[in-house]
Amino acid sequence: MNSRKQWALKSGIALALAITGVIAQAEPLKANVIHWWTSGGESAAIRQFADAYNQAGGQWVDNAVAGADQARATAINRIVGGDPPTAAQFNTSKQFHDLIDQGLLNNVDTVATKENWAAIFPQSILESIKVNGHYYAAPVDIHMPAWFFYSKPVFAKAGIAGDPKSFDEFVGDLDKLKKAGVIPLALGGQPWQEKITFDAVFADVGGPDLYLKVYRDRDQNAVKSDAFKKVLASFKKLHDYVDAGSPGRNWNDATALVISGKAGVQIMGDWAKGEFSAAKQAPGKDFGCFPGFGPRSPYLVAGDVFVFPKTDNATAIKAQNLLATVMTSPQAQVAFSAKKGSIPIRPDVDVNQLDICAKEGIAIMKDKSRQLPNPEMLLSPDMQGALTDVITNFWNKNQSVDDAQKAFASALKG
Amino acid sequence: MGTLKSHALPPEMTASRRPVAARRGRPLRKRWSLAAWVALIPMMVTVVFAYLGTMLWTARVSLSNSRTFPSNDFVGFTQYVRLFHNDRWLVSLQHIAVYGVCFIVACLVIGMLLAIFIDQRVMAEGVLRTVFLYPYAMSFVATGLVWQWILNPELGAQSLLHKMGFTHARFDWIVDQDFVIYTIVIATVWQASGLVMAVMLAGLRGIDDELWKAARIDGIPRWRVYMSIVIPMLGPSVSTAFVLLFVAVVKLFDAVVAMTQGGPGTASEVPAKFIMDYLFGRANIGLASAASIVLLATVLAILAPFLYARSRSASRKEV
Repeated sequence: MNSRKQWALKSGIALALAITGVIAQAEPLKANVIHWWTSGGESAAIRQFADAYNQAGGQWVDNAVAGADQARATAINRIVGGDPPTAAQFNTSKQFHDLIDQGLLNNVDTVATKENWAAIFPQSILESIKVNGHYYAAPVDIHMPAWFFYSKPVFAKAGIAGDPKSFDEFVGDLDKLKKAGVIPLALGGQPWQEKITFDAVFADVGGPDLYLKVYRDRDQNAVKSDAFKKVLASFKKLHDYVDAGSPGRNWNDATALVISGKAGVQIMGDWAKGEFSAAKQAPGKDFGCFPGFGPRSPYLVAGDVFVFPKTDNATAIKAQNLLATVMTSPQAQVAFSAKKGSIPIRPDVDVNQLDICAKEGIAIMKDKSRQLPNPEMLLSPDMQGALTDVITNFWNKNQSVDDAQKAFASALKG
Repeated sequence: MGTLKSHALPPEMTASRRPVAARRGRPLRKRWSLAAWVALIPMMVTVVFAYLGTMLWTARVSLSNSRTFPSNDFVGFTQYVRLFHNDRWLVSLQHIAVYGVCFIVACLVIGMLLAIFIDQRVMAEGVLRTVFLYPYAMSFVATGLVWQWILNPELGAQSLLHKMGFTHARFDWIVDQDFVIYTIVIATVWQASGLVMAVMLAGLRGIDDELWKAARIDGIPRWRVYMSIVIPMLGPSVSTAFVLLFVAVVKLFDAVVAMTQGGPGTASEVPAKFIMDYLFGRANIGLASAASIVLLATVLAILAPFLYARSRSASRKEV
């Protein structure tokens, strides 16, 4: 099948060359790339990769599909249908591990060895992309999904001096914001945003040990512990500080509330910075950011990768390796992250182009003990979904902490 | 929808064909039916492969342990057991039952009233008909968003009332666990009752004017004619409208996604959304297929007796 296809491809190319009469010129390494970066800032970011790839002698063929689920479904359908793209975007997670198990991905071990990925990339990311000793994906960015973004003028109006150093201090600040007559916590009440809020509270109030015991080890005793109960209670406490219009709101509408000074603070991924900069607001001046409470707060690590569907075509494999090299190169990494709001996957880059939130993130990432993997890296998509259902029910319903704890434990059993 | 139509068609066709065949000779009938069969082949191929084939395939996948990809292993009814231990699925079934009853009853009543109203030979009938039918022509992805804004307590109707001085007015159903499903009913009734009106109006126009004249001579009041004579005669129109509405209930998806995304919490989750979520985002094709098969079985269990009764009564009339 493959050799026949290859033959067809070769003869097709030969025919095309014969017709156009361009025999001597080498064909460019065509790369069909599926991704879901379609908004303004996002497409500016992916353009950095496309330009870098074209400069390196390739030819980037852009396949943007709006919506992450849609884009992944498109990639999977094309792989199964025998017309695989050169590369396809996934989250740094277990989303593509089924593809590996089915033998549908090429590895990029040659690039990984040559570029010394094992020494450069953070451990949590390596754990996601390295399966059975092979590298199956090229990581392209690190997103921290649970930053706290706040409006500086609103905090000043409410008389809040600095970043809160503990969860209790944070609740005190929310009280002050409430008294000042603004919405204390801008939350888009959609299940995934509620889950992000929960994970932020979990990492900060529960601490990294409990977090890993629950999400990585799926330890039933940890879920049934008093410490976890406290996490759930703290999370539900935040419900007093959201407005009535919260349910169903989109994340960027919630960010807009902070930007316009109607709300105090939002817990959201660092992609929210794109909304602030689109509104001509500068980090550190108009809005502030902190990744958690105090100098030892954990830093959740998430992000995006590109995987390389199986092919025997030597040209296509060359294109895949070139893509993996270019996307992870220091220059492309900085250029990309500056537009995207993420931080580069490698520490050896020039950080001057990045904003202060990203700089803080890079500084934190140097301390391995503060890195915590995103739940999606530790759980299968349907278990992550089941836990999201538990959290959104607990948040929205009049459910007791004990019942929520039981529901969480049973969802974690699978 | 296509499958349902194909179930509904054959009895009526045979019923209307029978007298023709009886009148003409045998050979003629044979030739005619051969041509008909040839003409039907494309549709039959579509039905067999696109509908029945995918149904069987889905049933097979529902018995496997498929995750991102369909796999060939066999795990019996494990996925069905998992499905009926899944709180979200059970909650979705409850929601669709409540929604279905409210939606169908409201659409039939409002659609009927609209049709009767237009049937009074009102002025600008064409304009009114277009106005009432227009919501059906628009995508719910757009109109659902508008409904979301109208119903949002901070942006829409409630905040308008507050600004007008009615500070105690409350209309926050869309963020209320217990009432959110009724906001979906309201929005979809707004969309679909125009269609019911069109179906009913066609039925009303088919009623013989002589009936009205006779009723007028006998001095029967108008409402009484409607209640006792006209509406009972609209049986076929009502059952057509019912089938259309029922199908709309089963595949309810876009309205929920556009208006509430299943929230707050899981208070407006519906089966079709459950299936879509597990099919793609949650990468569990096995469970999603089991849910689809349960949904299909439910639809058949409810619609099959209904369609059977309808075809029986149709063939009885024929004889």
